[in-house]
This record gives sequence, C-alpha cells and structure tokens, in this order.
Amino acid sequence: MTSSDPARTSASTSPASFEAPNFDAIVIGGGHNGLTAATLLAQNGRKVIVLEAAESTGGAMRGFEFHPGYCSAGLAHIVNRLDPDVAKLLKLDSKGRRAETLPTVALSPDGKHAVLRGGYGETIDGISQAEMKAFAAMRKKLVFQAGILKRFLKRRPPEIGKVGMSDLSTFAGAGFSLITKGREEGRDFLRMLLMNVADVADEYLSDDRLKGLVAFDATLGIHLGPRSPTSLLGLYYRLTGETDGATGAQHVPQGGMATLAPAFENAAAAAGVTIRTGVHVTRIVADRGAATGVILSTGEQLNASAIVSAIHPQATFLSLCDTAELGTGFVRSISNVRSKGNVAKLDLALERPPTFTGVSSADHRGRLVIARSIAHVEDAFNPAKYGEFSTDPVLEITLPSLANPDLAPSGGATLSALAEFAPYDLKGGWESGKPAFEAIILETLERYAPGLSKSVVASNLMTPADMETQYNLPGGHWHHGELQADQLLINRPVNAAAGYATPLSGLYLASAGSHPGGGISGLPGLLAARHILSERP
Amino acid sequence: MMLEMNTRRALQGHIATPRFETPFHPRIAAISETSDWYTWAGYKAPHSVFDEELEYFAIRSTAALFDISPMVKYRIAGPDAERYLNRLTVRNVAKLSTGRVHYTAWCDDHGHVLDDGTLFRLSADTFRLCCQERHLPWLLDSAIGFDVGIEEETMQIAGLALQGPTSFAVLSNAGFDCIERLKPFQLADFPHEDGSVTISRTGFTGDLGYELFVPAEAALSLWDRLWTAGQLHGIRAIGYAALNRARIEAGFIVANADFMTAETALRADRARMPDEIGLEWLVDTEKPNFNGRKAILEARRNQTLKHVLVGLEIEGNIPADGAIIYHRKKHEAGLVSAAIWSPLAKRNIAIASLTRPYGTRLTEDLWVEIYALRELQYQKMMKRARIVPRPFIKLDRRAAAPPGLF
Ligand SMILES: Cc1cc2nc3c(=O)[nH]c(=O)nc-3n(C[C@H](O)[C@H](O)[C@H](O)COP(=O)(O)OP(=O)(O)OC[C@H]3O[C@@H](n4cnc5c(N)ncnc54)[C@H](O)[C@@H]3O)c2cc1C
Repeated sequence: MTSSDPARTSASTSPASFEAPNFDAIVIGGGHNGLTAATLLAQNGRKVIVLEAAESTGGAMRGFEFHPGYCSAGLAHIVNRLDPDVAKLLKLDSKGRRAETLPTVALSPDGKHAVLRGGYGETIDGISQAEMKAFAAMRKKLVFQAGILKRFLKRRPPEIGKVGMSDLSTFAGAGFSLITKGREEGRDFLRMLLMNVADVADEYLSDDRLKGLVAFDATLGIHLGPRSPTSLLGLYYRLTGETDGATGAQHVPQGGMATLAPAFENAAAAAGVTIRTGVHVTRIVADRGAATGVILSTGEQLNASAIVSAIHPQATFLSLCDTAELGTGFVRSISNVRSKGNVAKLDLALERPPTFTGVSSADHRGRLVIARSIAHVEDAFNPAKYGEFSTDPVLEITLPSLANPDLAPSGGATLSALAEFAPYDLKGGWESGKPAFEAIILETLERYAPGLSKSVVASNLMTPADMETQYNLPGGHWHHGELQADQLLINRPVNAAAGYATPLSGLYLASAGSHPGGGISGLPGLLAARHILSERP
Repeated sequence: MMLEMNTRRALQGHIATPRFETPFHPRIAAISETSDWYTWAGYKAPHSVFDEELEYFAIRSTAALFDISPMVKYRIAGPDAERYLNRLTVRNVAKLSTGRVHYTAWCDDHGHVLDDGTLFRLSADTFRLCCQERHLPWLLDSAIGFDVGIEEETMQIAGLALQGPTSFAVLSNAGFDCIERLKPFQLADFPHEDGSVTISRTGFTGDLGYELFVPAEAALSLWDRLWTAGQLHGIRAIGYAALNRARIEAGFIVANADFMTAETALRADRARMPDEIGLEWLVDTEKPNFNGRKAILEARRNQTLKHVLVGLEIEGNIPADGAIIYHRKKHEAGLVSAAIWSPLAKRNIAIASLTRPYGTRLTEDLWVEIYALRELQYQKMMKRARIVPRPFIKLDRRAAAPPGLF
C-alpha cells in the first residue's frame, strides 16, 4: 500500500499474537462482501478467518488521509443498494438511527436544477407538471420491470441443464407478475430489456436535466454510453436497489460513509470471525482439482476446507491460482472478462464548505450530478472508447464532511467527485493525463460552485489505475468486471464459476465480480455464504 | 478505389494455388503415375502414386516412403515446457525422457478430445507436438501462466515416414550410422548435408519404420538420399490409401475419421471423451491436474460415458466401411468408421464406435449391415461381427532391437 493509505478505520487484530489453528473457511479479502460472507458462515458455527491485504478492512470503503487533517471516506460515497437481509444479518441499523433519504440534484448550468426526492424521484422539484407525470410513468414502468429482474438478483443464478424447483418458482413468479399485469406489460418488458437508456428516456421525457441524470445513472461504472445498446440494464440495476425499504432511495449512514466499513468488521468480529489485516494472500494452494489452503505474504500457509475468494475473479484465478490447476477453456474465459474501470475519484480538501449555485443548503447533503443531457453523457463517453478521457466530464458529487465533520478540520470541508469517463488504459499514460484531467474537473466544478477552486487546500485524484494499486482492485473496476448482458447471471464472472462454486472444489467466489454484481450491497457475499452452507451443511 | 488489373491479379495469387505443395512435391509429382491427389490440411498430397494395392504391399514387404509434411507440427520450448504439456495432454509427460516419443491426446475442459498426436521430447525443455488439426489458439491460451514458447513449424519442417521391413536397411545403406541403436519410440539427430535430420523409430503402420524430420530446405536432398539408398531394397513412394490400410491393421485411429474432434464437431453429441475412443489407457489420473481431468473422472464415476470404440472382425470379405451395426439384427448399436479386408491378417476387419452398453455389457450377437453395390444393384447383407482386440496384426519386426536387415 502507498503512504497515502493509512488506516482510517481502527480495529485490526494483531497479527503477532496469531497462531495457526484450523479454520473451516478462509475468506480472502476484507471488503464488505468478504466480511458479509464471513459473518454468515461464522453465525452458522463455522470457524472463519478473513485475510485482508490492506492495513484495515472495508475494501473500496476504506478511508485514507489525503492531506493533513483531511480524510477521504474511500471510493464509495453513497449507499443505494445495501441489501436489507445483509443489513439485518450484520445488525447494521440496530442502533435505531435511521439515515435520512438523500435527494439527487440534477445540476443545470443556469442554476435552475431539478431535485429528485424520495426513492429515485418520487417527487421532483423544479420541473413542469407535465414532465413530472411523464417521469412518474417512466419510473413506474422501470421500477416494475426492475422488480422482475430483482427476483433473480437475490438468489444464486440457475445452472443451465440443472434447473431446480426453486429456480422454477422464480421463473414462474417473474412470469406471473408479468401476466397479472396483462399482455402489454410482458411485451413491453421484452421490448425494453436490452434497449439503450437514451431511447427510453427520449420516449418518456423531454427535460434534458432528467434525461441526463438517467443516462448518467445507467452508465455509471460501466463501459457504455447512454446510446450503447443494452445501456438500460445499468438503470434497472440501480432500481433493483433499495434503501430503508424505498426502491431507488439513497443515503449516507449516520456519521458518514466512514462508519460503514467498521460496522461490517464489527459484525464479523461479533460473530467470532478472526480478522487479519496487512496480509496479502499470494497463492491459493490446489492440487488435482481441489483447493485446500492459501499462502500468505508472510510465507505462512493456512488450510481450510472452504476458501472464499472475495476479491476480483481475475486476481483469484490468474494471480493466486496456478493456471495448471485450471482448464485452458476456463482460464481463457476468465482472461476475457472485461474489467477496465473508467470512473475516477477526486477528493478535495476545502477551506470551507462549497456553495453550489441554486442548491439549497439542505440539498448540499445530497448527491449532485452534472450531466446536462443525454448528449453530454454520450459525448463524455466517446473519447473513452479510444483510450482518452472526457474533456467535458460528467460528475457525481457529494460533500462527505457534512455527514462526518471529522473528515476535515473545523471550518473546512471535503468534496468527493466521481468523474467519468477516465479509461484505465489512458492513451499516453496517466502520469501526464492526471493533472490535465484534474484541471478539467476543477474547472467544471467551478462553473457550478463559483469560488470553489480558490478554497482548495489539497486534492487527490485517483484514476482506475491508481485504484488498482491502492485498493488491490484489478482494472479499478466498480463491479470487479463489466456489468453487461454477457457478464450477468449465469455468465458472471464466467459460466463455469457463476454459482459461487468454481472448477476447483473448495474454492468459492464472493466479490462484486460474482452475481449479482457491484455496489455496496453485500449480496455476492451473502449468496456465496448461503451456497457454501448448502453445499457443506 | 479500383486497383489496377495487374495489381489485383498479383494480390490473388492464392487463387491459382489453392493447395500448398509440400517440400517433397517435385519428387512425388515426377514419379506419380496416377496423378491422384487429395487435400491434407491445405496441402496437395498423393492419395496414390502408382497403384494403391502395390503401395500397400511396399509397406508390408519392402520400404514405403510417405510424405508427412502436412502433419501439423508445433515446437514447444521453455523452462515450463514439461509442466505445460503435462497440463495440456492426458498422458504423463514427466515420464517421457529426452530422446523419446509418446502417443498422446488432449482434451478441452469438458474432457472432450481435441486431437491425438505424437509428442517428441527433443531435449529436457524442448518438444515437438505432431497432430492432425491446427491448435495454435488453444496452445497459446494454454500457455497463460507458464514460461513457455509455442511456435507452429508445419511449414518449416518437412517430414517423411519410411515404413516397412527394409526401412532399417535403407537407412543403414543411406549412411545413417548407429541407426540400429534406435529402439521403438526413440529419436536421435543424424548428420545430413551441413545440418541434421531428426529420426525417430515411430510410424503409423504397426511395422518396422521410421519418421524423419528436416528443415524444408533440406527436404529434397533427404528424399534423394533415401531414394538412392533404397533402390536395392524395394523403396516405393506411397499415397494415403495404402497407408490407411496399414493403419487400420495396426488399429490406429484417425481424428475426424474415427472420431470427431471437439472443435470440429458441429453437433454437441459428437464430441468424445478419451474413454469413448479407446484412449483411456493414455489418461493418467495420478499426475498433476490436466485439461479435462475432472470431467473424465466424473464421467467414469457417474458412468455417463456413452460410447466405446472397438475392433471388429466381420464374417465374409466385403469391407464394411460406414456400415451400421445392430444388436440381434434389430437394435441399432453403432457405426463402422474404417474397414478393410486385411491381406496380412487374412480377415475382414473394422474399427467401430458403439453406443454403450453395446460393446461394454452387450458384446455378443452383433451384426453389420453391408450394402454391396453390384452392377447398379445393391445387395444387402447382414454379417456377424465379433469384437476383437486391436491391433489386428502384430509384427515382431516392429519392435525388434536391433531391427532386422531384410
Ligand atoms: C470509484 C468507485 C466509486 C464507487 N462508489 C460507490 C458508491 O458510491 N456506492 C456504492 O454502492 N458502490 C460504489 N462503488 C462500488 C463498490 O465500491 C464496489 O462494488 C464494492 O466495493 C465491492 O465490494 P467487494 O467487497 O466485493 O470488493 P472490494 O471492496 O474491492 O474489497 C476487496 C478487498 O480485498 C482485498 N484484497 C484484494 N486482493 C487481496 C489479496 N490478494 N489478499 C488479501 N486481500 C486482498 C482488497 O484490499 C479489498 O479490501 C464504487 C466503486 C468505485 C471503483
């Protein structure tokens, strides 16, 4: 890890006092999915150890100080799909403090913004009544359709050729909810499923701010522009998320995002999970088709009957496994998983909280999006196809220190911006590209929050390439692998490892790279652990 | 943009040469009496040279020279070459010592055979893999994670099979000193011109015989050297038809003739596991992991193997090529993929694929349905077939060490 990555989160059990007992399960990677899987396994009586390479757990939610007194809460800056079962399992909201649902401000250059409230724009300020009706109709349609897909997201993907009773009931349930809505809905679902978000937005909406927003949300973290075929899937995915029981809603936990990683870790520790940080797993030990243990950067070997890899699938198989233990066809398909991130993250240390023109002071706690129109998002994406960054990027902004004042010295503030598109493999390299891209992002922000650049104390721009090294995240990809039609469900990450089990018996996958995909949901970890428990009762 | 006519012609030279010619082509073309060519892996190769029948007898009674240059050849070299090949192929490469050759096969992840072929260990970490089909993408993808280089050398290396009782005498006479030391499946380099030729005591005939590999540039001089030395030993150039008879007698199978390779089969149920084409003896389940291992073991455990390849002896003397096999003359049980009247065994023999349990549990009461076309009328016959071990012939001279001078 680099020096810019000291642990923000505290607890990590001392490796010194560690003896080598036997474990039932070894979890590689202390991201939120690894911790979720570990917790469920431990709650079911398994002896579990989590091995995390960084000095603290949390994965992409791992915070760091980027300037004396100024901290980033990590890469993820908002919660919009934390699964309720995961929250219950980890007793994440047992303290009874409910976080408030946050608005999304679709920023407009003229300062007249559209503000979506409730669960993904149940009400919207700043738009015409006619547009509100149109948005509500689109929202209803998409939420209904996402609801059908959601049935498949909360369970292990079916195995082709081995469809079981519960799979049938999911299919039947999905079919039933379509039938009860009439033939029209079924047709519409099939018509829209693989459409691009731009065409759907154009079909319903006329307000560019709203169109820009849905175009942005559909493509965030995915290598697609809004006019790319199938780009609607990203928006469906967003709408399969719920927060506090509201579809499409988002929040920042009480005390800020920085409280979330420790909450996952505490839940694991409370369930009896042993957690070791600062140890890299360097090898998965396997022989003739069975994985039996791991080798650590310290040279130690730990053995267990179940190895749960909650890190990127390509890292799991291509870096940790001896490819000789895997089939050529399998290695070939894992190598072909597309996983090059194109979201950059900018953390700003500010002298004072910024003011975005036309945004109420309360709404500054929400999510601010700069995506003027569909064309803006598409134009921002185009250069990424050719290995270049956007010269007019689209942005998602939060002000983390508003929820967690500890992140900045008193009076100061932090700003977190996710900037697209910033391809992992920048033509010409990021060394020269970074200052240029950062300057462009700052200019963009300045346009919406005049005076902001003058208050910048320090900045830290992380490209996908930086995330790869600093977060052990191959490709710096949001989802640990593109979330596109060909890498979903029974093909996530690849068919032969789609159901958490892998061709190596005893080795399981549990990261965002597995079904259903990325975001702070805990679902891959939860479903993986459930599968392990069902296979090894 | 329209190209000038001449430029276009020049770019389309391949139209005028639809098939490659092998490095030996000038010699074979010069002596060919039948002008009977077929296409072998994109090369023009002789089906016969002067007389199919007599060519077969050259294999069995004197010496036959067969051009194997079209055989696909890969050079696999590097510190991980052995480990790489052990993962790629089903047989244990750690047991293959330098200077030896073994017959092997390789499978995809599902345990379906991609091809069979011969693996030559030229040095501790240099190998040559010879086979029927092209596999470069598969071989390269198999190299992910290994320190090994893979190069196709089909074009660069010319190959000749010299087979038959007098083949050793021909080589001796041609001045390949110490050739008598080569035991079956052994190889060595011998000086030729200013370079060398790799000679192995291998072949596809079940007879005494050798295979010779040289850089393409040295092909013609090697041919001439053998041809001259072989004059008194009855050397003949032969085509595939004759070789095919010999290989059937020897019980060898041919990819995409006796089984479909996994990558060429269009229909999902045509792919075959080693155990379904008589290659179970190659599979070493004790060695480290290899492609298809899990699937093969699972199929064995769950008894889901669907086919079995057998040798048949069929009553009468009419070759049953392509015939359907019946159990109790009623239930379809399989198909004959190769058949001849064997002059050496004096039996009507065949290689056949049966659908289990025929050939495994049900081995009696098998019949083949032969249609013999006689002056524009089919005569349909049901002939009794008996499962017999392969090879159909066994020649002591094949393995004799030192080999005999005939
Ligand atoms: C820039 C960016 C912004 C994002 N913003 C949001 C957001 O606002 N909201 C949201 O919901 N989602 C967001 N995401 C997505 C979300 O962060 C990820 O999908 C999520 O973190 C995946 O969780 P995980 O537990 O599967 O993996 P990770 O969080 O990547 O955790 C994997 C862990 O494994 C460790 N590890 C890796 N290799 C080894 C090894 N060999 N040995 C030991 N440990 C190892 C890593 O150090 C890491 O701690 C964002 C993603 C990115 C890239």
